[in-house]
Amino acid sequence: MTPARRTSALKGGALLVVVVLALLVPVFAPDPATTNIAVFTTMYVGLATAWNIMGGYTGYISLGHAAFFGFGSYALGLLLAHLGIAAGYTPFLFVPVAGILTVVIALAIGWIALRTRAATFVIVTIACMFLLQLLAENLVSLTGGGSGLSFPVPTWSGDFFNTPYYYAMLVLALVGLAVSAGIRRSKFGLGLLAIRDDEDKALAVGVPARGFKLTAFVISAALVGMIGAVYGYYVTYIYPQFVIDPLVGISMVLMVFLGGLGTLWGPVVGALILEPAQLWLSYNFGASRLYLVFYAAVFLVVILLLPRGIVPSVTDLVVRWRHGSTAGPTGGSSETREALAAPGVRSP
Amino acid sequence: MTLVPQAIILGILTGGVYALMASGLTLIFGVMQIINVGHGALVILGAYLSFALLRSLHIDPFLSLVVTMPAMFVLGVVMQVVFVRPLKGDREALSVLVTYALALGIEGLLGFFFTNNYQQLNAWYETASIRLFNFRIAYVYIFGFALCLAILGGIFWMLYRTTFGRAIRATMLNRTAAQLVGVDVDRVSALAFGVGVASAAAGGVVFGITNVFNPGSHYDLISRLLTIIVLGGLGSLRGAIVGAMVMLVTTDVTAVVISPVWSSFVFFVILVCVLVVRPQGLYGVTVRDRA
Repeated sequence: MTPARRTSALKGGALLVVVVLALLVPVFAPDPATTNIAVFTTMYVGLATAWNIMGGYTGYISLGHAAFFGFGSYALGLLLAHLGIAAGYTPFLFVPVAGILTVVIALAIGWIALRTRAATFVIVTIACMFLLQLLAENLVSLTGGGSGLSFPVPTWSGDFFNTPYYYAMLVLALVGLAVSAGIRRSKFGLGLLAIRDDEDKALAVGVPARGFKLTAFVISAALVGMIGAVYGYYVTYIYPQFVIDPLVGISMVLMVFLGGLGTLWGPVVGALILEPAQLWLSYNFGASRLYLVFYAAVFLVVILLLPRGIVPSVTDLVVRWRHGSTAGPTGGSSETREALAAPGVRSP
Repeated sequence: MTLVPQAIILGILTGGVYALMASGLTLIFGVMQIINVGHGALVILGAYLSFALLRSLHIDPFLSLVVTMPAMFVLGVVMQVVFVRPLKGDREALSVLVTYALALGIEGLLGFFFTNNYQQLNAWYETASIRLFNFRIAYVYIFGFALCLAILGGIFWMLYRTTFGRAIRATMLNRTAAQLVGVDVDRVSALAFGVGVASAAAGGVVFGITNVFNPGSHYDLISRLLTIIVLGGLGSLRGAIVGAMVMLVTTDVTAVVISPVWSSFVFFVILVCVLVVRPQGLYGVTVRDRA
């Protein structure tokens, strides 16, 4: 086998092992405390991956993705309530419908927000998030306002309760990863990366920047909306400040930055590290709010000392080690390309 | 409808403090091209510092600014040097994240020291009121407005009448060119950040007297301030002041005409309409050569 073949076979094998392990989590650790952590971690793997499609590939930093998370949650909750659907497996079938509804709202928000660039875009996404939160609070007859919205509660027993949610989150995370990988390999993805590097030059060489950006924004929002829908069903009771939470929006961004902005696996790595840590911290120090201080510290350390994230830094090390040990160029693996495509490595 | 004129007057008076807070934010953006998402948290921090002085030493909130403003100025300079200056690459995006992290840190520390209970700064002028054209207006709004005008005037005086101000304006216009003619842009950036943060302390006192606040109040505040400076045009002091007035007058008038729960909504709608027509905000184009 050529080295390139061997790497791709190795990677395929590793991927298979990871997926099988992920599938077996509820079998090995069926107690609710563990599966609860698994549900949230998988949720953030999906959220970070989805955010990365917009933020990582096009370089447009949205701090308002929590809006879509909450919107999807409310969409599913209202669908279930108005159609009178009972608890069980059926609500999961309506998650894609919540996703489609999120597409509609994301088109509207994206159309306005993407008229602006850079700093203004960041602010407009924040503003839109608070706008949706305000609407959820004020449209009392529709959403229940501040008194919240309840989901039907399934009658699954004890240890099994979290399992269906875990698999739903896992499916969405895998879909997100597949979409993200597909975009990376497509001409569309190339256009997005061109927009990130220099939007005006990208326009000049014929990338339909506006359409591409909006498409990436909507895909990213739809995934986040569907994850939000499953989340709502999982927690069974939502209210505006709880599901449209700025911290949810910022968490997915931090995970992507920690793992590696614009890489395929960076968001996964970031979420796997941060979410369990966050859960542990808020469980132990939640009352004193000191966990916010810790969170801020991690954030600052990551951005100041590791601005490119874990995945690009580690791949660089691996590549350097390989180049040192084997004679002759081995050709860039896809990870190397991933690392090279990451921001912050533009010039040398 | 005597309520509407009253709402307009109140909107202008409370607009003053938002103009001050937003000016600090837009000044920081203008000089460094960074968005200080932590500005709201710094305002709340300023309010808590005055609250601590009031509670432990019984110092009048307005008077406590003599202590808190220099302290916050130093804090701002330190923040700029330690957290903002080392940023490389995509400064705009990274600075948003760094200042957001600082906001979370401040929120966490305030929650730890002062708990999450709502607080308010108390003073005699908070409830005492004056009759003005048939309306009753609490002294605090007038004092606050006067203070904000004074500080804004000070900022404008500094920008247009001092050498340091000229260096700031030069840096806002063109960082590289300013450097070439001998402006120490790193020093100017740090000091401008300090000025912005010190003005947040003053804003915090007025905000803290007229509103109840807790460590989490900064989310609402920063979303308002950011929309104000986007409406006015990033980096424009004039835009920040006009934006603040537009926001507060609209929200106050909406509150009496329609309902208080829809007051912020109307402002957001105005913002969206402006962005559809003028993505750069009201004073977005002329900003760079004005402020």
